[in-house]
Amino acid sequence: MTETLIDFDEVIEKFDPAMGLEVHVELNTNTKMFCGCPTEFGAPPNTQVCPTCLGLPGAMPVVNAKAVESAIRIGLALNCEIAEWCRFARKNYFYPDMPKNFQTSQYDEPIAFEGYLDVEVEGETYRIEIERAHMEEDTGKATHVGGATGRIHGADHSLIDYNRAGIPLIEIVTKPILNTGDKAPLVARAYVSALRDLIKALGVSDVRMDQGSMRCDVNLSLAPKGKPVLGTRSETKNVNSLRSVERAVRFEMSRHAGILLGGGSVLQETRHFHEADGTTSSGREKSDAEDYRYFPEPDLVPVAPSREWVEELRATLPEPPAERRARLQADWGYTDLEMRDAVNADAIDLIEETVAAGAAPQAARKWWLSEISRRANEAGVDLASAGVTPGEVAEVQKLIDDGTLNDKLARQVFDGLFAGEGTPGEIIEKRGLALVSDDGPLLAAIDEALAAQPDIADKIRGGNHKAGGAIVGAVMKTTRGQADAARVQQLILERLS
Amino acid sequence: MSVSWIHRTAAEQAEALAAGTVTSVELVRAHLDQIGATDEGENGINAFLHVDADGALAQAKASDERRAAGNPLHELDGVPIAIKDVLTTKGLPTTAGSKMLEGWLPPYDGTVTAKIKAAGLPILGKTNMDEFAMGSSTENSAYGPTRNPWDHTRIPGGSGGGSAAAVGAFQAPLAIGSDTGGSIRQPGAMTGTVGVKPTYGSVSRYGVIALANSLDQLGPVTRTVLDAALLQELIGGHDPKDSTSVPQQVSGLVEAARAGAAGDLGGLRVGVVKELQGDAWAPGVVERFDESVEVLKKLGADVIEVSLPSFVHAMAAYYLILPAECSSNLAKFDAMRYGLRVTPDGSPSAEDVMKASRDAGFGDEVKRRIIIGTYALSSGYYDAYYGQAQKIRTLIIEDFKKAFGQVDVLVSPTAPTTAFPIGEKVDDPLSMYLQDLATIPANLAGVPGISIPSGVSSEDGLPTGIQFLAPVLEDARLYRVGAALEAALTQAWGGPIAPAAYKEKN
Amino acid sequence: MPELSRDEVRHLADLARIDLSDAELDHLAPQLNVILESVASIQGVAGDDVVPTSHPIPMTNVFREDVVVPGLTPAEALAAAPEQEDDKFSVPRILGDEQ
Repeated sequence: MTETLIDFDEVIEKFDPAMGLEVHVELNTNTKMFCGCPTEFGAPPNTQVCPTCLGLPGAMPVVNAKAVESAIRIGLALNCEIAEWCRFARKNYFYPDMPKNFQTSQYDEPIAFEGYLDVEVEGETYRIEIERAHMEEDTGKATHVGGATGRIHGADHSLIDYNRAGIPLIEIVTKPILNTGDKAPLVARAYVSALRDLIKALGVSDVRMDQGSMRCDVNLSLAPKGKPVLGTRSETKNVNSLRSVERAVRFEMSRHAGILLGGGSVLQETRHFHEADGTTSSGREKSDAEDYRYFPEPDLVPVAPSREWVEELRATLPEPPAERRARLQADWGYTDLEMRDAVNADAIDLIEETVAAGAAPQAARKWWLSEISRRANEAGVDLASAGVTPGEVAEVQKLIDDGTLNDKLARQVFDGLFAGEGTPGEIIEKRGLALVSDDGPLLAAIDEALAAQPDIADKIRGGNHKAGGAIVGAVMKTTRGQADAARVQQLILERLS
Repeated sequence: MSVSWIHRTAAEQAEALAAGTVTSVELVRAHLDQIGATDEGENGINAFLHVDADGALAQAKASDERRAAGNPLHELDGVPIAIKDVLTTKGLPTTAGSKMLEGWLPPYDGTVTAKIKAAGLPILGKTNMDEFAMGSSTENSAYGPTRNPWDHTRIPGGSGGGSAAAVGAFQAPLAIGSDTGGSIRQPGAMTGTVGVKPTYGSVSRYGVIALANSLDQLGPVTRTVLDAALLQELIGGHDPKDSTSVPQQVSGLVEAARAGAAGDLGGLRVGVVKELQGDAWAPGVVERFDESVEVLKKLGADVIEVSLPSFVHAMAAYYLILPAECSSNLAKFDAMRYGLRVTPDGSPSAEDVMKASRDAGFGDEVKRRIIIGTYALSSGYYDAYYGQAQKIRTLIIEDFKKAFGQVDVLVSPTAPTTAFPIGEKVDDPLSMYLQDLATIPANLAGVPGISIPSGVSSEDGLPTGIQFLAPVLEDARLYRVGAALEAALTQAWGGPIAPAAYKEKN
Repeated sequence: MPELSRDEVRHLADLARIDLSDAELDHLAPQLNVILESVASIQGVAGDDVVPTSHPIPMTNVFREDVVVPGLTPAEALAAAPEQEDDKFSVPRILGDEQ
């Protein structure tokens, strides 16, 4: 079936997008949400299971205190209210990757609710309102056998590994995100990115979209421009990167517009995002309100976090990433552009460590964003894996500052560091890279150069100090660049005065 | 002259083991012989679904060795026990009376199983029950009904008919049952045995195949009140694996039973429940009940009538809460990971296999309750049904609180009738449900209850039971009043009542 | 008080993944209605001010520490599996014909 995709500009002209983003975060607790099974990634199949997470008859759940703690911290970081009393509920539906055929989750009593996260897109701030964050458990993992692409369509049978069943998840749901206009795709991306940074800073999850420890479902609907209604929404799953979030929003906007402008109605359904071409295709039809027959989980008792505990946890929250960046920018004296470049290069942490090791902020920025960046790109690795540590960078800068090296020699030291030749000191010695520190050899070189170019000597004596440049050049050649140009110049003038 | 050990109480057997007058192996052999003679075949009562003769004898041998070394694990070390097939026992088939779990060998022991093993009681086997504990007659078992030792054409009660019949027929001195709406107490009344539903949360549910999580409790099935006290003290206690397990230990039960047996109920205030009287109650049952109440008065108790008006709604609330919870609990039986798998012809999908397996694996009563439960939880109906039922529960809890402000224990007949013929109520679910009139309120409120024999009916010569209820965590009161009444009645009868065909031959 | 039609019973059975035969439907539907009629008596009994009880004994905050506890081996986990392959549970194809 071919779809009509309307050009983005036209979509914006005629419609207002509304988005809802549901993000599932897999916590990095040692054990599962309701049992003591380990949560290691990549273990052999069905080696991390027990009667409880396998849903064996007679087994019972017990809540992981650490998961509750992490849920509260996430809620606090999102400026949410933390429930004084809340319960788990059963979400009943049948699916082979669900051992009990119900998911123990939270329904109308989430642990955190009514929060917000501010995100910045092209200089404008958007306040994304958070409806709720709640605790639930993950399902097992099914691999489909016999179909063409290993996907579920056309599969002959499926194989289920329950290692993942029961791993704690926190689901974060936004309220409808409105009034974003043509920035909708970027706002969605910025929100997921900011959320990821926030949760990473809390240390409660790896939040790796590529590994499934952070999953994003994108809900989108269009309303005719200016009309305060919400259109029928579609839900898109399998959105595995920030870029995909942006592309999924963009595509769905175009697709919905195509349907609506063609006089049709959008189907309320679940769709699947395709990385390869940025399109979505139809998955299960989401029935109007899939009847999950929620009721409070009778094998668990309510969670009632004391206000004292909540405040204790509030005190453990790290500085929000946006605030940290603002503080660092002020400390370092970077311009907005310099800061943005550093953020985009993912160099903030590295610069911070380099400065902590004693380098000046501008020097740190210079090395990481030019020299080391260049080499990292050549090698196809990220900055942190480029082969040089913040400590080493700071040390090299110190050697420049104290006159042991100049910029050119420093670059050769970096060559040595990347090649793994040892510490800066060892490299300097091995390669004989130190600037000549003793005036003796310099004077000798100067005399030699002056003797070879007597007319320059006259010019300098005559007041044309710039002419000394040729002598400096000659001395540099003689010393293979290991002379401090400024010192040479000084010595020349002294010699001839 | 040889003692008929199977006719001794568990306490007597324990004393004899301690005194060295009998070994555990002898006890187990005697009970295995009784099971062999009375359980199988046309005239058998079919109380057991699985007998573990080798295992029980091995456990008995180990018990004797411990005792010889002076290291018994517990007062009841070496006394045999049977376990209702609703509780997981590692390596022993656990079926919950259903075809769905035919032959299922759990890879883990429930907590109560572990406690029993840790105390050294040899496990004779698993007893029959209504499928997934749904029923009041054990006729819903997928493995055939259990017959009442008093009259093999009649039901032994349910859902724990197997445990009650086994104990009543002297196949075991002790058994474990489970009670969700009366499944320990009503079979107790039907078979002339003692059954206790402890305070909710005082006995671990870890390993109990769940029917209604907020109502289920494991409890003792015995022939005497003292035996029940000994067993409940063994199996009770906080369990970190069960989140609904109460932190407090329910204690002083054996002490209360021993003290009660002395027969002084002075100062005890007893309330006869007004709402549990009337036309639904067979005259033979009521006659014995009234007599027992007179005995209580003679023993010094103050007896008044109390009203708990919300009791009239208890059945309706129960038959909404239970199906709702069980419809969800039983969803796990989908033929994917364990249990019966039926694969229809052609190339069926997982969903097709689930549907076919569940249709084949579940009996009618289970299907009825799953469908009702699914309906009660459906959007649009939740508030009117499940939501309302949970509110009725609150009203019942409040009524109990008010009543216990006036009296120390409540009393009523345990069941409205004596044992009815097999097949009589099988096609009349409502009539079956009415069996639980008196027992359901205790489960809804979590309060403990005991049923002890109140004699045989003059109408049909079948046993009747009398039920006491106490406030939450006050199980000891049940043992005091139960032991006192038991002593007085037994004396009046010239000995405990027992089915003629199984009585000790003198 | 709504009575359940045969179709509604079939729908509920579908939700519960039970494949009822026609004979079963005929047999069960009237029984269900009798039961539902009797439980309908609780409608309106408890007012809005009554708080529902889901646990008879109120407790809160029962937790366990985030410490690993040994579980089952794959052999134990798969022992009762109707079908297995490569240490995983083998289940029939998950989508129905219409998908």
